[in-house]
Amino acid sequence: MLITCPYCGPRDVSEFSYQGDGNRTRPDPASTDQAAWNAYVYDRINTAGDHKEIWQHSGGCRSHLAVTRSTLTHKISHVAFARGGLASVRPAGRDHGDHA
Amino acid sequence: MAEYSAFSILKNAISGNRDWKPAWRKPDPKPSYDVVVIGGGGHGLSTAYYLAKEHGITNVAVVEKGYLGSGNVGRNTTIVRSNYLLPENIRFYEHSMKLWENLSHDLNYNVMFSQRGILNLAHTPGQFDDYARRGNAMRHEGGDAELLYPDQIARLYPGLDVSPKARFPVVGGLLQPRAGTARHDAVAWGYARGADRRGVDILENCEVIGFLREGDRIVGVQTTRGDIRARKVAVAAAGSTGRVLKLAGIDNLPIESHVLQAFVSESLKPILPGVITWGGGHLYVSQSDKGGLVFGGDLDGYNTYAQRGNLPLVEEVMSELLAMFPGFAKVRLLRSWGGVMDMSMDGSPIITTGPLPGMYLNCGWCYGGFKATPASGWLFAWTIAKNAPHEINAPFTLDRFHRGILIDEKGQGATPKLH
Repeated sequence: MLITCPYCGPRDVSEFSYQGDGNRTRPDPASTDQAAWNAYVYDRINTAGDHKEIWQHSGGCRSHLAVTRSTLTHKISHVAFARGGLASVRPAGRDHGDHA
Repeated sequence: MAEYSAFSILKNAISGNRDWKPAWRKPDPKPSYDVVVIGGGGHGLSTAYYLAKEHGITNVAVVEKGYLGSGNVGRNTTIVRSNYLLPENIRFYEHSMKLWENLSHDLNYNVMFSQRGILNLAHTPGQFDDYARRGNAMRHEGGDAELLYPDQIARLYPGLDVSPKARFPVVGGLLQPRAGTARHDAVAWGYARGADRRGVDILENCEVIGFLREGDRIVGVQTTRGDIRARKVAVAAAGSTGRVLKLAGIDNLPIESHVLQAFVSESLKPILPGVITWGGGHLYVSQSDKGGLVFGGDLDGYNTYAQRGNLPLVEEVMSELLAMFPGFAKVRLLRSWGGVMDMSMDGSPIITTGPLPGMYLNCGWCYGGFKATPASGWLFAWTIAKNAPHEINAPFTLDRFHRGILIDEKGQGATPKLH
């Protein structure tokens, strides 16, 4: 797999660390809703298809990235900086899915 | 008389081997069954077998989207062991080990279970102490474990450098002598034949595409070979659990699907007497009866349903094998492949009634599915037949995560890629 870092360009997956599922929303830190915290920690939608996830370019610029990648084909359709939350995910410009 | 015996081989040889029956039939689906098991892997087949054998429930279908043996039951590294620390896990895997020890006789099918032992190498004093603790826990629960020092290890594995000059010096190791390997295809075929002969219909190329419901209750499955009604629907779909349960409207589970790669080398003369694991990272290797080195390591480490991994993990596994046995550097790799693991949030499985009325769930096997095959099926069959868990699988509930009673063998927390 190649991941196109918005800062560094296309790099091998071995430069990146997987930070996990990007579909989860952390409850307000002041929240005492036990069910919401349990769901945040333990429940996953485990998508078969396009999956929002967080990677860190730990062997490069160290940016946290919001990546949309198919869990069926490994094809990556979107990469963006994760800062600002996943709502800011935008197209990476180039599609490197053929290298998946 | 047993179907396979010295006498039957002789008799069939004389008649030109024309009278052997197929190991299992290829029936068409009936409109309804007492139990439909989703997933024709090791766990689904053993569930059907024990439903018929232990509970007399023979009006059962096993639906499999591909062919038998195409999933994880044919993709693992064939290791059978019960060297766990936590009491719930020791009891479960010891139960499995006892079933393994009699499995070939029980099935009248040679699953080539070979108790050649598993040795976990320790490379630091802290790791050695940890293994001592685990060994004591195993013995406390009635299992077998022996703590070995380097000179004892050198006698077992002459090819291993146990000197202080080794790149990762060996401080000691934990041996479970009753552990070993089994031929995984034979396990699938043996259970399939045993279930089939007791009346179970094994429906291959029959993918579940939906569930039949009456209100909240699950009353059957929609498949690519038509609708099948069932009083009870049991899900044993391993890496595909998430996809199957989404069809029932269950979107959230304490499961992530990850790929685990495995490797086999060209055949060598006997060099590894048992299963050996490297403690400097994560690597396990044994030698098959054909002579190939069968080995694997960590997950690739990202969510996937693809039954293939990527090259960085291949490089890591190879480097770990060579860190343990530099002499394997010129051995050629024959094949590699991937299987999809249903990684749970605490590294332990789920065998339970529910989560919907009429449904039963068996999943969360992480790396541990193959060795669990007999006990998983035995306990899942019990749970289905009696609508309640056996005391051994009672801790392995689906709601334990939200109730805070996790069974976290490695103490990694809710990071599935690390279990």
